[in-house]
Amino acid sequence: MESQNVIQVQSLTKKFGDFTAVDAISFEVKKGEIFGFLGANGAGKTTAMKMLIGISMPTSGEAIVAGFDVYKNRDNIKRNIGYMSQKFALYDDLTVKENITFFGGIYGLKKNQIKEKTTQLINDLALQEVANKLVGSLPLGWKQKIAFSVALLHNPKIVFLDEPTGGVDPITRRQFWEMIYQTANTGTTIFVTTHYMDEAEYCNRVSIMVNGKIEALDTPKKLKEKYNATNMNDVFLKLARSPSLTLPKGNGTHTEN
Amino acid sequence: MKIIGYIIQKEFKQIFRNKGMLPIIFAVPLIQLIILSNAATFEIKNIKFSYIDSDNTSFSRALVDKFDASKYFNLVARFPSTKEANSAMLNGDVDVILEIPKYFEKTLLKHKKTDLGVTIDAINGSAAGVENVYITEIVQNFNKNARVELMQPSDVINMPKNITTITSFWYNETLNYKTYMVPGILVLLVTLITLFLSGMNIVREKEIGTLEQINVTPIKKYQFIIGKLFPFWMIGLVLLTIGLIIAKLIFNIPIVGSLGLMYFYTSVYLLVILGIGLFISNFTDTQQQAMFIAWFFMVVFLLMSGLFTPVESMPTWAQYITEFNPIKYFVQVMRMVMLKGASFSDIFPQFIKTLGYAVIMNGLAVWSYKKIN
Repeated sequence: MESQNVIQVQSLTKKFGDFTAVDAISFEVKKGEIFGFLGANGAGKTTAMKMLIGISMPTSGEAIVAGFDVYKNRDNIKRNIGYMSQKFALYDDLTVKENITFFGGIYGLKKNQIKEKTTQLINDLALQEVANKLVGSLPLGWKQKIAFSVALLHNPKIVFLDEPTGGVDPITRRQFWEMIYQTANTGTTIFVTTHYMDEAEYCNRVSIMVNGKIEALDTPKKLKEKYNATNMNDVFLKLARSPSLTLPKGNGTHTEN
Repeated sequence: MKIIGYIIQKEFKQIFRNKGMLPIIFAVPLIQLIILSNAATFEIKNIKFSYIDSDNTSFSRALVDKFDASKYFNLVARFPSTKEANSAMLNGDVDVILEIPKYFEKTLLKHKKTDLGVTIDAINGSAAGVENVYITEIVQNFNKNARVELMQPSDVINMPKNITTITSFWYNETLNYKTYMVPGILVLLVTLITLFLSGMNIVREKEIGTLEQINVTPIKKYQFIIGKLFPFWMIGLVLLTIGLIIAKLIFNIPIVGSLGLMYFYTSVYLLVILGIGLFISNFTDTQQQAMFIAWFFMVVFLLMSGLFTPVESMPTWAQYITEFNPIKYFVQVMRMVMLKGASFSDIFPQFIKTLGYAVIMNGLAVWSYKKIN
């Protein structure tokens, strides 16, 4: 694995009025890495992620994503990243194929590229039967796999996944992580937030945010050693024992944990 | 350009797939056009007429007959006293009470003048005014005939010469109310549908979370906005077309002016409305909020548009406000072009204001649409 940094964050801060949602966080993510971004509800994960994907303006600090500055070059960042939000974000009233066409189209893919990608995606996910069905009629697990594949349509350097497996069954979660591994193997960086600590074990490195700050950042193995824990769940509980009771504005609603 | 094409394609698919919205977009406005144009009339007809005849002579009965014979009045009751008459008016059973005093004929013969009591239900002031005019006219006619009958030959020489006016009604010779209303209601429907659809569209994407997904794509603001608004611009023009066909076929409204000019003006006008809709959706978080705000503007615009009440009879301050009302210009232009055959130079003042409005509203809309917060 190359040790080239695709995300570089230095003292990145976001304030909403008096409330500091993200408090001077610093970290790097390497190319091809699966980077777990953990934290309790309201710890500031989503806010931090929104700054990195260019839909939230940082209050201060520096961040370079895919080689571009989050203040000056957001359009270039967006061209080079994929994003899948915790709020499922394909169009329910379009078919699987139409969603692929639309998102491929607005990322500037050519017609034959879209066609190629559509066939490939449908074959990979074995969606032949439902390719012309409305996305709204599909089970949640399928939708999330499709959403992930759609986020990869334009071959982004980094994919940001915001609680991608919320509300799906363990089998689908396992399949989803297999997809993540395959993607990472092709050199795509994965930046993922999750509340499932077993998923955290799958990551190459994990950061744990508490009250807007990154309290720990290392491989799962080292974190467990450091905090003398048998699994990531214990590490998380030790670090995030006193979660903040004030939920920041602009953070999504979390349902788990 | 290609990216805009993908957005337009998606919007059209979503519009035509929405089985709940499709009839609302196309069928409902047309039904409204047909019903409203027939119902929303200012002609005062079928006035419920009643009288108290304390004179009870052939002369007083002749006067009542005049009212009975008029196509505007329906004789509903004769009351023995004012008390009953007043309570009937309180209940809304009668609109007009004519009170013929005792010795009506005698007094007129003797003193060459007499009084008649007329009571009008004036809850609706403008209707009451019109009713008053009708009543006065009938009484005056009756009076003229009576004078001739009651006059001595010597009076004839001193009789004043009457001035008669000959009126000709231009642009709507038959005073057909629908000719006036149909272009206006057409304006209303085109505006209503496009404003509501565009106002709720982007907010809907906010609600379901797809807007965030769009915002993380490298799509440009202008591409997104043009792609979003173009379908509704098209729908507006299609509505105009269907409306014009109905106006011609069902109401037989003369379309004197140039169709090209109407479409040209409407296509610019629609930009104003879409800009307002987009502006609304940028400042709201739910479709419900957007709907309320759009409705608020719609009511103010409509009531101050000159569609139902002439702008000229509003107070001066209100007339200044109507300068900012795009619907006013659209109503004026449609009536001018459709009924008078106005040319581009005739509607130039309205056109320039509308164009300016379109530039400002869309400027504000693009400016307030934020891909980042």
